[in-house]
Amino acid sequence: MLEGWPPPILDPAGPYAWPVTVLSWVLLAMAAAVLLVVFAALWLALFGGERARQRVGGTRIVWLGGIVFPLVVLTALLVYGLTLTASLSERIRGDEMRVRITGEMWWWRVAYLDGDGQPVIHDANELHIPVGEPVVLELESADVIHSFWVPRLSGKLDMIPGRRNLMRIQADEPGQFGGQCAEYCGGPHALMGFVVIAHEREAFERLMAARRAREAGPPPAGDPRGAELFASAGCAACHRIAGTDANGLAGPDLTHIGSRKTLGAGILPNNRGTLMGWIGNSQAIKPNNRMPPYTMLSAAELRAITAYLEEQR
Amino acid sequence: MPRLDLIVPLALAAAACQPPPASGTSASAASVERGKRAIERVGCAACHTIQGIDWPRGRTAPQLAGVDRRGLIAGRLPARPDVLAAFVRDAPSLVPETAMPAMPLSETEAMDVAAFLLAGGD
Repeated sequence: MLEGWPPPILDPAGPYAWPVTVLSWVLLAMAAAVLLVVFAALWLALFGGERARQRVGGTRIVWLGGIVFPLVVLTALLVYGLTLTASLSERIRGDEMRVRITGEMWWWRVAYLDGDGQPVIHDANELHIPVGEPVVLELESADVIHSFWVPRLSGKLDMIPGRRNLMRIQADEPGQFGGQCAEYCGGPHALMGFVVIAHEREAFERLMAARRAREAGPPPAGDPRGAELFASAGCAACHRIAGTDANGLAGPDLTHIGSRKTLGAGILPNNRGTLMGWIGNSQAIKPNNRMPPYTMLSAAELRAITAYLEEQR
Repeated sequence: MPRLDLIVPLALAAAACQPPPASGTSASAASVERGKRAIERVGCAACHTIQGIDWPRGRTAPQLAGVDRRGLIAGRLPARPDVLAAFVRDAPSLVPETAMPAMPLSETEAMDVAAFLLAGGD
Protein backbone atom coordinates (compact mmCIF):
# COMPACT_ATOMS: atom_id res chain seq x y z
CA MET A 1 0.00 0.00 0.00
CA LEU A 2 1.21 3.51 -0.77
CA GLU A 3 2.84 5.12 2.26
CA GLY A 4 0.52 7.56 4.02
CA TRP A 5 -2.59 6.04 2.48
CA PRO A 6 -5.09 5.19 3.78
CA PRO A 7 -4.49 8.23 6.00
CA PRO A 8 -4.31 8.14 9.82
CA ILE A 9 -7.60 9.34 11.27
CA LEU A 10 -6.74 10.46 14.81
CA ASP A 11 -3.69 12.60 14.14
CA PRO A 12 -4.93 16.18 13.53
CA ALA A 13 -2.63 18.68 11.80
CA GLY A 14 -4.82 21.78 11.69
CA PRO A 15 -7.48 23.81 13.53
CA TYR A 16 -10.39 22.21 11.66
CA ALA A 17 -9.28 18.68 12.47
CA TRP A 18 -8.38 18.74 16.14
CA PRO A 19 -11.91 19.45 17.50
CA VAL A 20 -13.11 16.40 15.59
CA THR A 21 -10.34 14.27 17.08
CA VAL A 22 -10.94 15.55 20.63
CA LEU A 23 -14.67 14.92 20.26
CA SER A 24 -13.99 11.39 19.01
CA TRP A 25 -11.91 10.59 22.10
CA VAL A 26 -14.45 12.18 24.47
CA LEU A 27 -17.27 10.16 22.87
CA LEU A 28 -15.21 7.00 23.17
CA ALA A 29 -14.42 7.70 26.85
CA MET A 30 -18.07 8.49 27.57
CA ALA A 31 -19.26 5.34 25.84
CA ALA A 32 -16.71 3.28 27.76
CA ALA A 33 -17.88 4.79 31.09
CA VAL A 34 -21.55 4.07 30.30
CA LEU A 35 -20.66 0.52 29.29
CA LEU A 36 -18.90 0.03 32.64
CA VAL A 37 -21.93 1.33 34.59
CA VAL A 38 -24.27 -0.97 32.64
CA PHE A 39 -22.06 -3.99 33.22
CA ALA A 40 -21.77 -3.14 36.91
CA ALA A 41 -25.57 -2.98 37.18
CA LEU A 42 -25.89 -6.26 35.30
CA TRP A 43 -23.35 -7.91 37.61
CA LEU A 44 -25.27 -6.66 40.66
CA ALA A 45 -28.57 -7.92 39.24
CA LEU A 46 -27.14 -11.37 38.59
CA PHE A 47 -24.74 -11.97 41.45
CA GLY A 48 -25.37 -9.18 43.99
CA GLY A 49 -26.82 -9.60 47.48
CA GLU A 50 -30.58 -9.35 48.14
CA ARG A 51 -30.42 -5.60 48.91
CA ALA A 52 -28.36 -4.72 45.87
CA ARG A 53 -30.64 -6.72 43.60
CA GLN A 54 -33.67 -4.96 44.96
CA ARG A 55 -32.02 -1.63 44.36
CA VAL A 56 -31.31 -2.29 40.66
CA GLY A 57 -34.75 -3.86 40.20
CA GLY A 58 -37.03 -1.00 41.29
CA THR A 59 -38.78 1.70 39.25
CA ARG A 60 -36.50 4.29 40.86
CA ILE A 61 -33.47 2.96 39.01
CA VAL A 62 -35.40 3.06 35.73
CA TRP A 63 -36.26 6.73 36.28
CA LEU A 64 -32.78 7.65 37.42
CA GLY A 65 -30.61 5.41 35.27
CA GLY A 66 -32.89 5.14 32.26
CA ILE A 67 -34.15 8.70 31.88
CA VAL A 68 -32.43 11.27 34.12
CA PHE A 69 -28.88 9.94 33.65
CA PRO A 70 -28.97 9.76 29.81
CA LEU A 71 -30.76 13.12 29.63
CA VAL A 72 -28.07 14.84 31.69
CA VAL A 73 -25.15 13.07 30.02
CA LEU A 74 -26.39 13.51 26.46
CA THR A 75 -27.37 17.16 26.99
CA ALA A 76 -23.94 17.89 28.46
CA LEU A 77 -22.31 16.07 25.58
CA LEU A 78 -24.37 17.99 23.00
CA VAL A 79 -23.50 21.37 24.53
CA TYR A 80 -19.84 20.37 24.84
CA GLY A 81 -19.70 19.00 21.29
CA LEU A 82 -21.35 22.05 19.74
CA THR A 83 -19.07 24.42 21.66
CA LEU A 84 -15.98 22.44 20.75
CA THR A 85 -16.78 22.32 17.04
CA ALA A 86 -18.26 25.84 16.77
CA SER A 87 -15.21 26.99 14.82
CA LEU A 88 -15.98 24.48 12.07
CA SER A 89 -19.20 26.26 11.14
CA GLU A 90 -17.99 29.83 11.57
CA ARG A 91 -18.86 32.25 8.79
CA ILE A 92 -16.53 32.09 5.83
CA ARG A 93 -14.84 35.49 5.43
CA GLY A 94 -14.82 35.35 1.64
CA ASP A 95 -11.24 36.44 1.05
CA GLU A 96 -9.76 32.97 1.58
CA MET A 97 -8.17 31.05 -1.25
CA ARG A 98 -10.87 29.01 -2.99
CA VAL A 99 -10.71 25.70 -4.78
CA ARG A 100 -13.55 23.79 -6.37
CA ILE A 101 -13.32 20.04 -5.91
CA THR A 102 -15.77 17.89 -7.82
CA GLY A 103 -16.26 14.26 -6.90
CA GLU A 104 -16.35 11.98 -9.95
CA MET A 105 -16.55 8.20 -10.19
CA TRP A 106 -13.76 7.56 -8.91
CA TRP A 107 -11.46 10.54 -8.79
CA TRP A 108 -11.49 14.25 -7.91
CA ARG A 109 -11.58 17.18 -10.33
CA VAL A 110 -9.70 20.16 -8.88
CA ALA A 111 -10.01 23.79 -10.04
CA TYR A 112 -8.23 26.69 -8.34
CA LEU A 113 -10.51 29.72 -8.51
CA ASP A 114 -9.66 33.41 -8.89
CA GLY A 115 -11.36 36.23 -6.98
CA ASP A 116 -14.38 36.06 -9.30
CA GLY A 117 -14.84 32.33 -8.81
CA GLN A 118 -13.46 31.51 -12.26
CA PRO A 119 -11.17 28.46 -12.58
CA VAL A 120 -7.59 29.46 -13.40
CA ILE A 121 -5.63 26.26 -12.75
CA HIS A 122 -6.91 22.75 -13.47
CA ASP A 123 -5.64 19.64 -11.76
CA ALA A 124 -6.91 16.37 -10.35
CA ASN A 125 -6.59 14.20 -7.25
CA GLU A 126 -4.16 16.60 -5.60
CA LEU A 127 -4.45 19.95 -3.83
CA HIS A 128 -1.64 22.38 -3.00
CA ILE A 129 -2.25 24.80 -0.13
CA PRO A 130 -0.19 27.34 1.83
CA VAL A 131 0.66 26.45 5.44
CA GLY A 132 -1.21 28.17 8.28
CA GLU A 133 -4.05 29.67 6.23
CA PRO A 134 -7.63 28.53 5.88
CA VAL A 135 -8.55 27.37 2.37
CA VAL A 136 -12.20 27.19 1.34
CA LEU A 137 -13.26 24.21 -0.71
CA GLU A 138 -16.38 24.26 -2.89
CA LEU A 139 -17.42 20.63 -2.82
CA GLU A 140 -19.57 19.40 -5.70
CA SER A 141 -20.41 16.13 -7.38
CA ALA A 142 -20.67 15.23 -11.04
CA ASP A 143 -22.54 11.97 -10.56
CA VAL A 144 -23.32 10.26 -7.25
CA ILE A 145 -22.79 11.25 -3.63
CA HIS A 146 -19.14 11.30 -2.57
CA SER A 147 -17.67 12.54 0.67
CA PHE A 148 -14.53 14.62 0.92
CA TRP A 149 -12.32 13.61 3.82
CA VAL A 150 -8.74 14.50 4.61
CA PRO A 151 -8.74 13.31 8.23
CA ARG A 152 -5.65 15.21 9.36
CA LEU A 153 -7.06 18.53 8.09
CA SER A 154 -10.84 18.42 8.60
CA GLY A 155 -13.96 16.40 9.18
CA LYS A 156 -15.97 14.82 6.37
CA LEU A 157 -18.38 16.69 4.13
CA ASP A 158 -20.64 15.09 1.53
CA MET A 159 -20.45 16.07 -2.14
CA ILE A 160 -24.04 16.03 -3.32
CA PRO A 161 -25.19 16.27 -6.95
CA GLY A 162 -26.75 19.68 -7.62
CA ARG A 163 -25.38 21.26 -4.45
CA ARG A 164 -22.28 23.20 -3.49
CA ASN A 165 -21.07 22.52 0.03
CA LEU A 166 -18.42 24.75 1.53
CA MET A 167 -15.70 23.48 3.82
CA ARG A 168 -12.54 24.92 5.28
CA ILE A 169 -9.27 23.10 5.66
CA GLN A 170 -5.96 24.27 7.07
CA ALA A 171 -2.58 22.65 7.64
CA ASP A 172 -0.36 24.02 10.40
CA GLU A 173 2.79 22.32 9.13
CA PRO A 174 4.17 21.65 5.66
CA GLY A 175 3.69 18.10 4.48
CA GLN A 176 1.58 15.62 2.62
CA PHE A 177 -1.87 14.68 3.90
CA GLY A 178 -3.81 11.74 2.52
CA GLY A 179 -7.54 11.77 1.85
CA GLN A 180 -10.19 9.24 1.01
CA CYS A 181 -13.74 9.27 -0.36
CA ALA A 182 -15.87 8.58 2.69
CA GLU A 183 -19.23 7.82 1.07
CA TYR A 184 -19.66 4.60 -0.87
CA CYS A 185 -19.90 5.65 -4.51
CA GLY A 186 -19.83 2.30 -6.29
CA GLY A 187 -17.12 0.06 -7.79
CA PRO A 188 -13.63 1.14 -6.81
CA HIS A 189 -14.81 3.61 -4.14
CA ALA A 190 -12.22 2.23 -1.72
CA LEU A 191 -9.50 3.20 -4.23
CA MET A 192 -10.63 6.84 -4.49
CA GLY A 193 -7.87 8.59 -2.59
CA PHE A 194 -6.65 12.17 -2.54
CA VAL A 195 -3.58 14.07 -1.42
CA VAL A 196 -3.17 17.57 0.01
CA ILE A 197 0.30 19.09 -0.05
CA ALA A 198 0.96 22.03 2.26
CA HIS A 199 3.84 24.36 1.33
CA GLU A 200 5.45 27.34 3.03
CA ARG A 201 3.89 30.55 1.64
CA GLU A 202 6.83 31.42 -0.64
CA ALA A 203 7.11 27.98 -2.21
CA PHE A 204 3.35 27.93 -2.65
CA GLU A 205 3.35 31.28 -4.47
CA ARG A 206 6.12 30.08 -6.78
CA LEU A 207 4.22 26.90 -7.62
CA MET A 208 0.97 28.75 -8.33
CA ALA A 209 2.72 31.35 -10.49
CA ALA A 210 4.39 28.59 -12.51
CA ARG A 211 1.10 26.78 -12.97
CA ARG A 212 -0.79 29.90 -13.99
CA ALA A 213 1.91 30.63 -16.54
CA ARG A 214 1.75 27.06 -17.82
CA GLU A 215 -2.06 27.15 -18.20
CA ALA A 216 -1.83 30.38 -20.21
CA GLY A 217 1.31 29.57 -22.18
CA PRO A 218 2.50 26.92 -24.63
CA PRO A 219 2.98 23.29 -23.52
CA PRO A 220 6.47 21.86 -22.94
CA ALA A 221 7.82 20.19 -26.09
CA GLY A 222 7.89 16.70 -24.65
CA ASP A 223 8.59 13.52 -26.62
CA PRO A 224 7.20 14.21 -30.16
CA ARG A 225 6.47 10.51 -30.79
CA GLY A 226 4.70 10.40 -27.42
CA ALA A 227 2.64 13.48 -28.26
CA GLU A 228 1.59 11.90 -31.55
CA LEU A 229 0.66 8.63 -29.84
CA PHE A 230 -1.23 10.49 -27.11
CA ALA A 231 -3.47 11.86 -29.86
CA SER A 232 -3.69 8.76 -32.05
CA ALA A 233 -4.32 6.26 -29.23
CA GLY A 234 -7.31 8.34 -28.22
CA CYS A 235 -6.03 9.60 -24.84
CA ALA A 236 -7.02 13.16 -25.75
CA ALA A 237 -10.69 12.21 -26.01
CA CYS A 238 -10.87 12.00 -22.22
CA HIS A 239 -7.86 13.96 -20.99
CA ARG A 240 -6.92 17.61 -21.28
CA ILE A 241 -3.42 19.04 -21.57
CA ALA A 242 -3.56 22.84 -21.58
CA GLY A 243 -2.34 24.47 -24.77
CA THR A 244 -2.65 21.30 -26.87
CA ASP A 245 -5.45 19.73 -28.91
CA ALA A 246 -6.10 17.38 -25.99
CA ASN A 247 -9.20 18.82 -24.42
CA GLY A 248 -11.19 15.83 -23.16
CA LEU A 249 -13.01 16.47 -19.92
CA ALA A 250 -14.22 12.99 -19.01
CA GLY A 251 -11.03 12.03 -17.20
CA PRO A 252 -8.46 13.77 -15.00
CA ASP A 253 -6.66 16.85 -16.39
CA LEU A 254 -3.09 15.87 -17.30
CA THR A 255 -1.56 19.34 -17.68
CA HIS A 256 0.51 18.79 -14.51
CA ILE A 257 0.62 14.98 -14.43
CA GLY A 258 4.44 14.90 -14.42
CA SER A 259 4.64 16.62 -11.05
CA ARG A 260 1.74 14.80 -9.43
CA LYS A 261 2.64 12.75 -6.37
CA THR A 262 0.24 9.92 -7.05
CA LEU A 263 -1.56 8.03 -9.80
CA GLY A 264 -5.02 6.50 -9.97
CA ALA A 265 -6.45 9.07 -7.49
CA GLY A 266 -4.05 9.03 -4.58
CA ILE A 267 -3.40 5.31 -4.53
CA LEU A 268 -0.09 4.68 -6.32
CA PRO A 269 3.23 6.53 -6.24
CA ASN A 270 3.84 8.39 -9.51
CA ASN A 271 7.00 7.22 -11.27
CA ARG A 272 7.85 6.02 -14.77
CA GLY A 273 7.13 2.40 -13.91
CA THR A 274 3.75 2.94 -12.26
CA LEU A 275 2.72 5.35 -15.02
CA MET A 276 3.49 2.70 -17.65
CA GLY A 277 1.59 0.12 -15.63
CA TRP A 278 -1.38 2.43 -15.20
CA ILE A 279 -1.60 3.27 -18.92
CA GLY A 280 -0.95 -0.34 -19.92
CA ASN A 281 -3.65 -1.83 -17.76
CA SER A 282 -5.23 0.34 -15.09
CA GLN A 283 -8.03 -2.21 -14.76
CA ALA A 284 -5.63 -4.59 -13.02
CA ILE A 285 -4.83 -1.83 -10.50
CA LYS A 286 -8.23 -0.18 -10.00
CA PRO A 287 -10.86 -2.61 -11.31
CA ASN A 288 -13.86 -1.02 -13.08
CA ASN A 289 -12.37 2.47 -13.24
CA ARG A 290 -13.42 4.22 -16.45
CA MET A 291 -10.09 4.08 -18.26
CA PRO A 292 -9.79 1.09 -20.60
CA PRO A 293 -6.64 -1.04 -20.70
CA TYR A 294 -4.21 -0.11 -23.49
CA THR A 295 -2.73 -3.55 -24.03
CA MET A 296 -2.44 -2.84 -27.77
CA LEU A 297 0.46 -0.45 -27.18
CA SER A 298 3.96 -1.83 -27.72
CA ALA A 299 6.70 -1.36 -25.14
CA ALA A 300 8.25 1.40 -27.24
CA GLU A 301 4.89 3.17 -27.62
CA LEU A 302 4.17 2.90 -23.91
CA ARG A 303 7.63 4.32 -23.19
CA ALA A 304 7.06 7.24 -25.57
CA ILE A 305 3.67 8.19 -24.11
CA THR A 306 5.08 7.95 -20.60
CA ALA A 307 8.06 10.12 -21.52
CA TYR A 308 5.68 12.70 -23.02
CA LEU A 309 3.49 12.74 -19.91
CA GLU A 310 6.47 13.02 -17.56
CA GLU A 311 7.28 16.34 -19.28
CA GLN A 312 3.83 17.74 -18.46
CA ARG A 313 4.61 19.48 -15.20
CA MET B 1 16.60 -27.39 -38.80
CA PRO B 2 17.24 -26.07 -35.29
CA ARG B 3 20.00 -23.50 -35.11
CA LEU B 4 22.71 -25.11 -33.07
CA ASP B 5 24.86 -21.99 -33.11
CA LEU B 6 22.10 -20.30 -31.13
CA ILE B 7 20.89 -23.16 -28.99
CA VAL B 8 24.23 -24.40 -27.71
CA PRO B 9 25.45 -21.13 -26.18
CA LEU B 10 22.01 -20.45 -24.74
CA ALA B 11 21.82 -23.88 -23.19
CA LEU B 12 25.30 -23.41 -21.77
CA ALA B 13 24.34 -20.04 -20.40
CA ALA B 14 21.22 -21.48 -18.83
CA ALA B 15 23.15 -24.34 -17.29
CA ALA B 16 25.64 -21.91 -15.82
CA CYS B 17 22.88 -19.90 -14.25
CA GLN B 18 21.20 -22.22 -11.83
CA PRO B 19 19.23 -20.51 -9.09
CA PRO B 20 21.20 -19.86 -5.91
CA PRO B 21 21.29 -22.72 -3.39
CA ALA B 22 18.35 -22.58 -1.00
CA SER B 23 20.39 -22.57 2.18
CA GLY B 24 23.55 -20.72 3.11
CA THR B 25 22.98 -17.71 0.84
CA SER B 26 19.37 -17.02 1.86
CA ALA B 27 18.78 -13.39 2.80
CA SER B 28 17.79 -12.32 6.28
CA ALA B 29 14.13 -12.07 7.19
CA ALA B 30 14.65 -8.36 7.90
CA SER B 31 15.94 -7.80 4.39
CA VAL B 32 12.96 -9.66 2.92
CA GLU B 33 10.59 -7.52 4.98
CA ARG B 34 12.34 -4.29 3.94
CA GLY B 35 12.13 -5.50 0.35
CA LYS B 36 8.37 -5.86 0.64
CA ARG B 37 8.03 -2.32 1.95
CA ALA B 38 10.23 -0.98 -0.86
CA ILE B 39 8.10 -2.80 -3.45
CA GLU B 40 5.00 -1.17 -1.97
CA ARG B 41 6.63 2.25 -1.79
CA VAL B 42 7.66 2.39 -5.46
CA GLY B 43 4.69 0.43 -6.80
CA CYS B 44 6.32 -2.52 -8.64
CA ALA B 45 2.95 -4.26 -8.48
CA ALA B 46 1.40 -1.64 -10.80
CA CYS B 47 2.85 -3.77 -13.62
CA HIS B 48 3.69 -7.12 -11.99
CA THR B 49 1.46 -9.47 -10.06
CA ILE B 50 3.88 -10.40 -7.29
CA GLN B 51 3.64 -13.38 -4.98
CA GLY B 52 3.16 -12.00 -1.46
CA ILE B 53 1.78 -8.58 -2.54
CA ASP B 54 -2.01 -8.44 -2.26
CA TRP B 55 -2.63 -5.23 -4.19
CA PRO B 56 -2.32 -4.15 -6.92
CA ARG B 57 -1.98 -7.12 -9.26
CA GLY B 58 -0.66 -5.49 -12.41
CA ARG B 59 -0.84 -7.29 -15.74
CA THR B 60 1.35 -5.08 -17.94
CA ALA B 61 4.53 -7.05 -17.15
CA PRO B 62 5.38 -10.68 -16.27
CA GLN B 63 4.01 -12.26 -13.13
CA LEU B 64 6.61 -12.59 -10.40
CA ALA B 65 5.92 -15.88 -8.67
CA GLY B 66 8.48 -18.59 -8.14
CA VAL B 67 11.29 -16.22 -9.04
CA ASP B 68 13.59 -18.33 -6.87
CA ARG B 69 13.03 -21.29 -9.19
CA ARG B 70 13.62 -19.36 -12.41
CA GLY B 71 16.81 -19.87 -14.34
CA LEU B 72 17.02 -16.47 -15.99
CA ILE B 73 16.01 -12.86 -15.43
CA ALA B 74 14.34 -11.26 -18.47
CA GLY B 75 15.16 -14.49 -20.32
CA ARG B 76 18.87 -13.84 -20.44
CA LEU B 77 20.53 -12.83 -17.18
CA PRO B 78 21.60 -15.25 -14.44
CA ALA B 79 19.11 -15.23 -11.56
CA ARG B 80 21.66 -14.31 -8.92
CA PRO B 81 20.63 -11.93 -6.11
CA ASP B 82 23.16 -9.29 -7.14
CA VAL B 83 22.10 -9.38 -10.79
CA LEU B 84 18.42 -9.27 -9.84
CA ALA B 85 19.11 -6.28 -7.56
CA ALA B 86 20.88 -4.44 -10.38
CA PHE B 87 18.03 -5.33 -12.75
CA VAL B 88 15.15 -4.10 -10.55
CA ARG B 89 17.01 -0.82 -10.00
CA ASP B 90 18.03 -0.10 -13.59
CA ALA B 91 16.72 -2.69 -16.02
CA PRO B 92 17.49 -0.79 -19.27
CA SER B 93 21.23 -0.70 -18.44
CA LEU B 94 21.28 -4.51 -18.47
CA VAL B 95 18.64 -5.23 -21.11
CA PRO B 96 18.34 -2.11 -23.29
CA GLU B 97 15.18 -3.17 -25.15
CA THR B 98 13.19 -4.04 -22.03
CA ALA B 99 9.97 -2.14 -21.37
CA MET B 100 10.85 -1.99 -17.68
CA PRO B 101 12.17 1.44 -16.68
CA ALA B 102 14.74 2.27 -14.02
CA MET B 103 13.00 2.44 -10.65
CA PRO B 104 13.60 4.90 -7.79
CA LEU B 105 15.34 2.39 -5.48
CA SER B 106 18.63 2.79 -3.61
CA GLU B 107 21.26 0.04 -3.98
CA THR B 108 20.42 -1.45 -0.59
CA GLU B 109 16.68 -1.25 -1.28
CA ALA B 110 17.29 -3.06 -4.58
CA MET B 111 19.12 -5.83 -2.69
CA ASP B 112 16.16 -6.08 -0.31
CA VAL B 113 13.71 -6.24 -3.24
CA ALA B 114 15.78 -9.04 -4.80
CA ALA B 115 15.77 -10.84 -1.44
CA PHE B 116 11.99 -10.57 -1.25
CA LEU B 117 11.48 -11.84 -4.79
CA LEU B 118 13.90 -14.75 -4.32
CA ALA B 119 12.27 -15.67 -1.01
CA GLY B 120 9.12 -16.46 -2.98
CA GLY B 121 7.04 -13.76 -1.36
CA ASP B 122 7.22 -14.98 2.23
